[in-house]
Amino acid sequence: MSSTFFTASPHWRWLILAYFFLGGLAGGSYFLATLLDLVGKGRDRRLVHLGYLIAFPLVCVCGLVLTVDLGRPERFWHMLVQSETFRPMLKTYSPMSTGAWALLLFGGCAFLSFVAVLAERGWLGWPLLRQLGPPAFVGRLVTVIGAFLGVYVAGYTGVLLAVTNRPIWADTTLLGLTFLISAASTSAALLILLGSWGGASDASMDALERFDASVLVLEAVVIAALIASLGRIATVWLNGWGLLLALMVLGGIAFPLYVRLRDRGARRAVGPALVLLGGLILRAVIIFSSDRLT
Amino acid sequence: MSEPMGFFTDTTVCIGCKACEVACKEWNQLPAANGGVRLLSGDSYDNTRHLDGIHWRHVKFIEQFSADRRQGRWLMMSDVCKHCVRAGCLEVCPTGAIVRTEFDTVVIQSDACNGCRDCIGACPFGVIDINPVSGTAQKCTLCYDRMKVGLEPACAKACPTKSINFGTIADLKKMAQARLGQLPQTGESRAYLYGADEGMLGGLNSFYLLVDKPEVYGLPPDPRLPSRNLKLSAVWSMLGAVVITLTGLISFRNRGRRDV
Repeated sequence: MSSTFFTASPHWRWLILAYFFLGGLAGGSYFLATLLDLVGKGRDRRLVHLGYLIAFPLVCVCGLVLTVDLGRPERFWHMLVQSETFRPMLKTYSPMSTGAWALLLFGGCAFLSFVAVLAERGWLGWPLLRQLGPPAFVGRLVTVIGAFLGVYVAGYTGVLLAVTNRPIWADTTLLGLTFLISAASTSAALLILLGSWGGASDASMDALERFDASVLVLEAVVIAALIASLGRIATVWLNGWGLLLALMVLGGIAFPLYVRLRDRGARRAVGPALVLLGGLILRAVIIFSSDRLT
Repeated sequence: MSEPMGFFTDTTVCIGCKACEVACKEWNQLPAANGGVRLLSGDSYDNTRHLDGIHWRHVKFIEQFSADRRQGRWLMMSDVCKHCVRAGCLEVCPTGAIVRTEFDTVVIQSDACNGCRDCIGACPFGVIDINPVSGTAQKCTLCYDRMKVGLEPACAKACPTKSINFGTIADLKKMAQARLGQLPQTGESRAYLYGADEGMLGGLNSFYLLVDKPEVYGLPPDPRLPSRNLKLSAVWSMLGAVVITLTGLISFRNRGRRDV
């Protein structure tokens, strides 16, 4: 038996599941918006704006749920500042420590880009704020740094689980990769849904759907690799959790891909909605199936 | 720095009296479980069940009987934080609340802990949990406050059979080796030390003399540091980020025929 089965659960449950899911969406949306902004065309602006507009509220919710989940929420700042000396608190080898900093800095970038979009749209009456977004140099710098941080926020959560001693989590090194790929697929799905309601151009939507389809294929491969990497420990999924994971692969990956191939060109909300649900279920299976052990 | 201090627990002389549990609770003013309402586990005489935020000592009762129940023995073991020389909890703690003391022990500073619970999952032995009264992660401190004034930890003081021995690690290792040499003469040939050598997390400052496999006592056979997964996880994730970026670049750049 793996030595991970002799450990205790950290009781990371619904709020942490919400954070892992929403953090992936925030980081992924920001990253995709930046990428579209860098290599896309003018007609992609609407989708780019949607990406930045959604990232900041999501990251605010992330900070909130993480704080509420603490045993002592009023001490949330202890993650960033040493409570005795008031010096910065950073452990480069602790994913939770680096993650807290990444979330803070990503939140800052997401805020600046959010404000810049409001200014560009004319919803904020101070034109100078446009400088906070591309194509201004400062704005470009903010989005590129923010995109890196967004990817970090989307993926470090899986690494955080691996850097414990819990069953399943610490028995593989592929959780960071899995969460990252899932963040990309769910973020693209979210932007497709928002884009279809928010008037994004057909060309932008086509590009995003093409991206999502490729990433979904990648996600299926990564989940297969994850199961293979667990070896004999994967047998702990021979129960309802395994069934849920199988349903996630079928309903959240295979079916959306099938719908896209069948109805090429037609925009359907069901595919992206299922991808989002699948991303949530994937994280739920990984979090709760380990929580239930020992 | 003072000399490294710790516990050597000789499980062969533990009689399961739980004086250590009581002394620990009393000295550290730990609250009762379930508001004092007794819940019987049905598992031998063990109603504590596991170490957690309000149980920093736990006497395990392991009943071993042959199929016909003609032969049997009870293994008893007073479990506690191992105060690992290379400690997983200390490694991951993002607030700096977990520190190594001048006695080479590992202590959670309750006033700095914010209850993130990373240490709970990182501990290879399942020792730590939240104390619902403080809302922070707690575990054995090896009675840091008592050691500071030259007293031995409450559990060791209370142990009536000297199963729990407190002292410098060097002295304890000598004592353990002597006991290990003595036991075969009494007919016990399965005895060995768990965690005494540096191969296990740099050495456990609370180590044990056991007479069966570690798993039998609920101890991991191969406890390791959580950071073992850090580098490879990070590399895979970075690779994923590169692949996602390339996929995005290709998808967003190449718009085919519609890109006019």
